[in-house]
Amino acid sequence: MPGTVQSIERAAAVLRLLAAAPDGLGVADLGNALGLAKTTVHGILRTLHQVGFVEQDRSGAHYHLSDAFGRLGESYLDPNELRSRAINWADSLASRSGEVVRVGRLVEGKVEVVHHVFRPDDSDQDLDVGTTLPPHATALGKAVLAYDTSARPRTLEAYTTRTITDPVKLGEELATVRSRGWATEFEEHTVELGSIAAPIRGLGGLVVGAVGLTGRIERICDSRLRHRADLVTMVRATADAIARDLRDDT
Amino acid sequence: MAEQYVAAVDQGTNSSRCILFDRRGRLVSVAQREHRQLFPRPGWVEHDAEEIWRNVARVVPAAIRQIGAAPSQVVAIGITNQRETSLLWDRRTGRPIGHAVVWQDTRTDRLVTELAGDDGADRFADLCGLPLTTYFSAPRIKWMLDHTPGLRQRAERGEILFGTMESWLIWNFTGGANGGLHATDVTNASRTMLMNIETLEWDDRLLEAFDVPRAILPEIRPSSGVFATATEVLPGVRIGAALGDQQAALFGQTCFSAGEAKCTYGTGSFLLLHTGQEIVRSKHGMLTTVAYQIGDQPASYALEGSMAVTGSLVQWFRDGLGMIHTAAEIETLARTVEDNGGAYIVPAFSGLFAPHWRSEARGVIAGLTGYITKGHLARAVLEATGFQTLEVVDAMNADSGIALTALKVDGGMTANNLLMQFLADLLDVRVVRPMVTETVSLGAAYAAGLAVGYWPDLEGLRSNWHRAGQWMPHMDPARRATEYANWQAAVQRTFNWIRTEDQEL
Ligand SMILES: Nc1ncnc2c1ncn2[C@@H]1O[C@H](COP(=O)(O)OP(=O)(O)OP(=O)(O)O)[C@@H](O)[C@H]1O
Ligand SMILES: [Mg+2]
Repeated sequence: MPGTVQSIERAAAVLRLLAAAPDGLGVADLGNALGLAKTTVHGILRTLHQVGFVEQDRSGAHYHLSDAFGRLGESYLDPNELRSRAINWADSLASRSGEVVRVGRLVEGKVEVVHHVFRPDDSDQDLDVGTTLPPHATALGKAVLAYDTSARPRTLEAYTTRTITDPVKLGEELATVRSRGWATEFEEHTVELGSIAAPIRGLGGLVVGAVGLTGRIERICDSRLRHRADLVTMVRATADAIARDLRDDT
Repeated sequence: MAEQYVAAVDQGTNSSRCILFDRRGRLVSVAQREHRQLFPRPGWVEHDAEEIWRNVARVVPAAIRQIGAAPSQVVAIGITNQRETSLLWDRRTGRPIGHAVVWQDTRTDRLVTELAGDDGADRFADLCGLPLTTYFSAPRIKWMLDHTPGLRQRAERGEILFGTMESWLIWNFTGGANGGLHATDVTNASRTMLMNIETLEWDDRLLEAFDVPRAILPEIRPSSGVFATATEVLPGVRIGAALGDQQAALFGQTCFSAGEAKCTYGTGSFLLLHTGQEIVRSKHGMLTTVAYQIGDQPASYALEGSMAVTGSLVQWFRDGLGMIHTAAEIETLARTVEDNGGAYIVPAFSGLFAPHWRSEARGVIAGLTGYITKGHLARAVLEATGFQTLEVVDAMNADSGIALTALKVDGGMTANNLLMQFLADLLDVRVVRPMVTETVSLGAAYAAGLAVGYWPDLEGLRSNWHRAGQWMPHMDPARRATEYANWQAAVQRTFNWIRTEDQEL
């Protein structure tokens, strides 16, 4: 039988104490209450702060539970925050690949476009931030769907003859995404367009969205119609860079 | 051969960043560290210059490590910085004398009023292109020399050095007290009020007016040109450029010709219009400033509209009021309502900058009713940046005689789509964001890369510029006019808040 994790037990105890103290508690209060060293308590508080469960008052002396703690089921990362963190890396991906770049996240069973970078050819393009895409028919969607079993769409609408409409096939496709760590799209949403996307993992490994590029099949795929390995590498590196920024600080 | 990069060091108001760029001007890595904002008294803002140098010395290697590169792959360092923030340090020990006094600091209120005397705030504008306000360095230097016992005498003996942040960094990169180079560039020098805007040299008349001994001043160099070879942090790498952050952004947006303009949205926001080699004097509250100087070529100039409080209003909303957790969340909150509900926030935290230049103004929230919610206030915070931009664009158009047809934007706030759309609506022009929002750093990298031959010429750099996003105007003209009129009425209510008898020395 696997053992229990002591630091999680301690974190739970800290949370219980904070929940019972409307005015918040200091590091020393918590240390005394739990018989723990100040540095230990401090480390627990810092982690809980980073994941958004506790907050500090302005002086920094007192900690209390954050209101986000009571709403754990809701998305923990603000979409506009995701855009702010992604913007540098999404730009870089667009200029490196020469393709359109989008960042998306799952909202009520659809992929919401959180950020959109134009194809860097200065042609006329319209921002589609805020619009939604069908998750089963797009690489961006599959890259998030693969990690969210509660969000499988019930009806799989066909957008082209290549759209996956069979739930079993979609399940297999998502398993492939999980094992490879990236997702593809081949004319499944729009004829002549292909796409590559990778999940963005926030703190603790939670998938908070995906980043991907989209372009004409002949540019996205090689002569054997496989998604180009160099583009896959770029997309994955971009997702990792955004994830690093998300974990870095808050 | 291993890929080569240029390292931009962006020493900003809130943080110091190091960003590496590749030959196509693409961002490849970023490392950043915030430093403390010290508020010893109301209206005072200070930074610890040693903390800043420590941060710079950490972010540079961190950015290189991020991509697993070797320091030898960095061909040049380009330095860019928060402007006007002033520091004195001891030439022998290299230690700062007190804290750096930040551009937002208003402690020189009274001094500035006295210096203006009967001649008015534009007393020195012919010589230096700037009005007398608390914003620029010279009054601050005078204040520092006058408020530390014995310091003026030491300064006159040549024991004290003055610099804005780029000078402090160049000095430290080149050994500090052990042979460090004491230099600045024309763009930063043009913000002191001590440099003659035509000759690009320190002007004795200005030095005398502000009581500043020449011995403390750094040597003025072109913005792009090898300053020296670093001995610290990246030993052996040449410092190829130094320029103020806003001028760097103009450069990064490749606004190399007269008539080209950009606006950078960060802590404050700054619209700069390239005026070529011509010195244009504003009649509408714009500043005349040096845009850049490349090697021994003639300098280029710019007109500037400075807005002191834009992103920092969002920070105040977050930290001061605790309404949001991160700056970006303001967009989420603002989208919970349809409009501002009639509320306007004029953030005259340190007086009003362009085009008003009213040091005695202080902020107001106008149009408050019981109807106003957090969401409306969030809108009003964002809209304040839009309205301030409109005021500046109007003034700039009046000065230049040509109306702006599109606005090139960059900086952290351009991640805010609601704000970008509001800007397009309010200005009634296209708003365009380039592929690199960290344009300040890109400009510093460009200027440094040019100096060491990493990039051959300006034309090549232009071809790196691409549109990453664009917002089109949709607002009904009648609504625009009403909104602007409301804002202007709110601005009137900020004036004359600080009365002279309230001011303390
Ligand atoms: N999504 C957003 N919406 C509104 N404001 C934002 C958003 N993201 C960042 N900001 C604001 O933009 C500013 C940060 O942008 P940026 O990093 O370009 O500023 P900066 O002026 O270069 O910083 P520094 O003061 O260190 O030089 C902050 O004041 C922050 O409040
Ligand atoms: Mg900056």
